[in-house]
Amino acid sequence: MAILIAEKLTKYFDGFCAVNAVDFEVAKGQCFGFLGPNGAGKTTTIKMIYGALAPTSGRLQVFGLPPQENRRSVNRRLGVVHQKDILEETVSAWDNLIMQGRYYGFSKQQTHSRGEFLLNMLQLLDRADESVFRYSGGMKRRLSIAKGLLNEPELLLLDEPTTGLDPQARLLMWNKLKEVKQNGTSILLTTHYMHEAEFLCDDLIIIDHGKIIARGSPKALIEKYGCKNLEEVFLELTGRELRDE
Amino acid sequence: MTEGIILKSALSVWWRNFSMYSKIWKLNLLPNFFEPVFFLLGLGLGVGFYIPQIAGVPYPIFITPGLIAIAAMNGASFESTYNVFVRMNYNRVYDGVLATPVNEAEIVLGEIFWAVTRSWIYGGAFYIITCLFGYVPSWWSVGVLVILILTGYLFATIGMAFSFTIPAIDLFSVYFTIFLTPLMIFSDTFFPLQERLGPDWMWIAELTPLFHCVRLTRAFTTGHFSNILIWDIIYIVGLGVFFHWLTLKQFKKRIHQPAR
Repeated sequence: MAILIAEKLTKYFDGFCAVNAVDFEVAKGQCFGFLGPNGAGKTTTIKMIYGALAPTSGRLQVFGLPPQENRRSVNRRLGVVHQKDILEETVSAWDNLIMQGRYYGFSKQQTHSRGEFLLNMLQLLDRADESVFRYSGGMKRRLSIAKGLLNEPELLLLDEPTTGLDPQARLLMWNKLKEVKQNGTSILLTTHYMHEAEFLCDDLIIIDHGKIIARGSPKALIEKYGCKNLEEVFLELTGRELRDE
Repeated sequence: MTEGIILKSALSVWWRNFSMYSKIWKLNLLPNFFEPVFFLLGLGLGVGFYIPQIAGVPYPIFITPGLIAIAAMNGASFESTYNVFVRMNYNRVYDGVLATPVNEAEIVLGEIFWAVTRSWIYGGAFYIITCLFGYVPSWWSVGVLVILILTGYLFATIGMAFSFTIPAIDLFSVYFTIFLTPLMIFSDTFFPLQERLGPDWMWIAELTPLFHCVRLTRAFTTGHFSNILIWDIIYIVGLGVFFHWLTLKQFKKRIHQPAR
């Protein structure tokens, strides 16, 4: 069953096409990959899914509803982890979660019981009372994930979750995301790390300049293009020029 | 957005700001009490020594309502300009909130609530100090605490509409020097404006926002009321509602720009 359907999804900004007639579906329980170089339209698509941007044309349905007109009910069931951490660094992880909980109408106690499970899972519990500015980059990212999971979302949107992390932190993150998925949360993940997509995604699309240029499971794509790994498929399809968008 | 406003959602935005503020409330609150003391010592007792009477009252009593209104204006203005701009563009707080069930109108309303709260704390501190100095002759003056809310609302909405429109933080120095400073000086605050401007030119003063807040505040600190105060309230609420609408419009426009 698809919990997210995009049909000919298109977004223009003053004549510039950021997302161009993109079709995809995310099935329940799946980790779906959204791959593309910088400027491919990944973040724009994420913003349309949580209703902060209106599509120019095409159809977008999240849990069977167009998100723009149903922001409240859609976002209640959605978790979002932004590309750059949006955290209050001068206060603790707990304070950050309590503030996040308020946006969903949770009391401090409600946030506490859910937060304890999340902080424990994401290996932050023993430092949860410390100010966030003392955290490493990996810890901040994991706290962002905890924020995104606080409302027990059915679908978690992850916008480049491991950009800027060292290999150890990245590996820990991947394992944690696998755990999130095993706990029953569907995931839509944008990334330009092909290893990440190979490790996590059941199904993926590669987009460039707002258009889909390939789709399938990581394994199927590697086979189809006769490459050693997904990285090669990606470079084959998107070209080797540097992107400065 | 056709979903309307849920008060609890707007209050969650207020609550975020409140809980950040309350972490260092001692540091935040204290300057609010020192500032009026300095003003009253310097202007009230210092300058006041040379001006025994102005518009029929001792100088400190004349400037008190203006100083309270200025404090409220400044409280709302700092919050709705620099702080809102930083939350929007540097800390990206609103990007985070928009991914939750809280909508644009609720964010704007929550931010206005908070700016009014700050304004009320600023102005309220000033009011308490002037009472302690004995510069507030009327018991009606408790009504000032309500007028502070009107003053806060007006300057919160004007400041926020400006913040969501400008491209760079540097432009706030223009807002403060070209807009707020003349209001502070020429709104019947430090000298009786009517005596200097003359009745033919008073319509200019009637157009400016702080003037109305000062006249209302003065009515309550002195206990002298007249019908013109109804016009003051209509002006403040009307202009406030207009800038509230403009703030929401500009906010939506700003967040619907391309993803960065």
